[in-house]
Amino acid sequence: MPMPRTPRPLLQRALEVAGRAAGVLVVAAILGFLVLPAVVVALASVNDRAILSFPPQGLSWRWFVKALTYPDFQAGFSNGLIVTAWASSIALVIGAAFAFALDRYQFRMKGSIEMVLLSPLVIPHFTVGLGFLILAAQLGMARGFPVVVACHIVLVLPFVLRSVYVSLRNLDRRLELAAASLGAPPWRVLLTVTGPLLLPGLVSGWLFAAILSFNEFTASLFVTAQRTQTLPVAMYNYVREYADPSMAAVSVIYIVTTATLLVIANTFLGLGKVLNVEHAR
Amino acid sequence: MTPQPFLRTFVTPAALCAVGFLAAMAAVLQYSLHAYVPGSLDVGGLTLANFAALLKPLYGKVFLFTVWICFLTALFTLLLGYPLAYALVRTQNVLLKSAILVIAITPLFLGEVVRTYSWIIVLGNNGFVNAMLLKAGLIAAPLQLMFTTFGVVVALVHVTLPVMVIMLAAALAHIDRDYEKAAASLGAGPVRAFLTVTLPLSTPGILAGVTTAFAWTFSAFATPQLIGGGQVNMVSNLVYQLGFASFNLPFAASLSVAGLALTFVVLGFMRVAARPLERIGPH
Repeated sequence: MPMPRTPRPLLQRALEVAGRAAGVLVVAAILGFLVLPAVVVALASVNDRAILSFPPQGLSWRWFVKALTYPDFQAGFSNGLIVTAWASSIALVIGAAFAFALDRYQFRMKGSIEMVLLSPLVIPHFTVGLGFLILAAQLGMARGFPVVVACHIVLVLPFVLRSVYVSLRNLDRRLELAAASLGAPPWRVLLTVTGPLLLPGLVSGWLFAAILSFNEFTASLFVTAQRTQTLPVAMYNYVREYADPSMAAVSVIYIVTTATLLVIANTFLGLGKVLNVEHAR
Repeated sequence: MTPQPFLRTFVTPAALCAVGFLAAMAAVLQYSLHAYVPGSLDVGGLTLANFAALLKPLYGKVFLFTVWICFLTALFTLLLGYPLAYALVRTQNVLLKSAILVIAITPLFLGEVVRTYSWIIVLGNNGFVNAMLLKAGLIAAPLQLMFTTFGVVVALVHVTLPVMVIMLAAALAHIDRDYEKAAASLGAGPVRAFLTVTLPLSTPGILAGVTTAFAWTFSAFATPQLIGGGQVNMVSNLVYQLGFASFNLPFAASLSVAGLALTFVVLGFMRVAARPLERIGPH
């Protein structure tokens, strides 16, 4: 909006321009700090030699081939998919239903249940993992998939809750009232009006949950066994034993996949809105 | 009272989840109060010996050091996160905005192992930083960056930055810009308007960001384990070592309980310390 301004001294304007330039430089440097590890890993992954060297000596895809054919990574990948599919889907159903109840209803223990379910955000993951490990031992359960899935559900639930809750807050409830006043029973309103309107929130909540579960490491280290070890645990074991760039190749695949998913999510769902960082109107 | 269809169906699964989580936490508490039976995963009788052992200087030192690392990480994350969040919220260019957003939050979804491994390659003795500095002739021998507190904090700041940016940006986005315009029209320069209007109004975001950064850093395991390499030990590393190298689950449990108590004390302290700041903030 153009406003009539009183002319300002030249020095002040020069200072403002300089300040703005400095600001741009600072932001660029911070973005560089964020991107640096990814760039360096990409360089390392195409290096032909087994020993790190910068710049890379000779280009080669062989670490990608080795990483993709390494049995522990393959097993970790499929175990991870099993755990992630179950954990994120169950968390979505439980979280969406509870977010709905939180937004609309009054019931006993409302605040307490919410607090307990959000607490994994501040409780160290090694404590959560240790808890599920001991609980499984006390119940006489083997360290199988159910324990890992249960642990992951608890860890990703806060993100689903938040995502769906924000969408519910932004939902126009008059549409539901209109459907109800036209004679739709509550289940029909839920399925044909509320559900579709919530879809972006549900999808982004599920996506967040899935990505976080697939990447969960510390708690997984405690609750997985050799048979159920997920990809991050397999990668951790690899880094501790070997130093060749296979791990760099896996990392590049990871980074590219995650960034692509986020760009897609941003384009279709508007991450700014989901993360609540857009300007309020 | 208005009808509440599906109430029971919607709340029961979540309540069960909460009960399961509480049971897991109760299991940790219970183990922490029992004696360790060497060579067995079962526990002995009730005892406070685990907590008494925590008072040894060795463990006290690890706790203090962990808090120090968390403090440093939260501080530097805030200093780097604020300009980025500010740029993210205030830039008008849609493409630039999306780019900043995706770059800023991608690390959040990469998982600790991938990020930590990347930093090993950046900081190692034949890593990127040393190779570049040697090539430029700035140093004669590789700098020791791995296995140092510096290296661990750098990697932890990188890990924590995304969540800080999200929380700061959420706070900045909800500041009514008319306040700044009012300050400017009353003659405040951009710096003064920022320091006296925008910064105080973003206090809730700073508080939320610092709190989360602190809690997340406390939770970090792979970063101190791999980059610290045994030279930089945090509580998480000690818990894992006790649980899986010596199978002393009761002592690992008591360390976790103490860690949890410490987290809550520090978070509570921050909230109290920030109360005067909040009074300047929005209501």
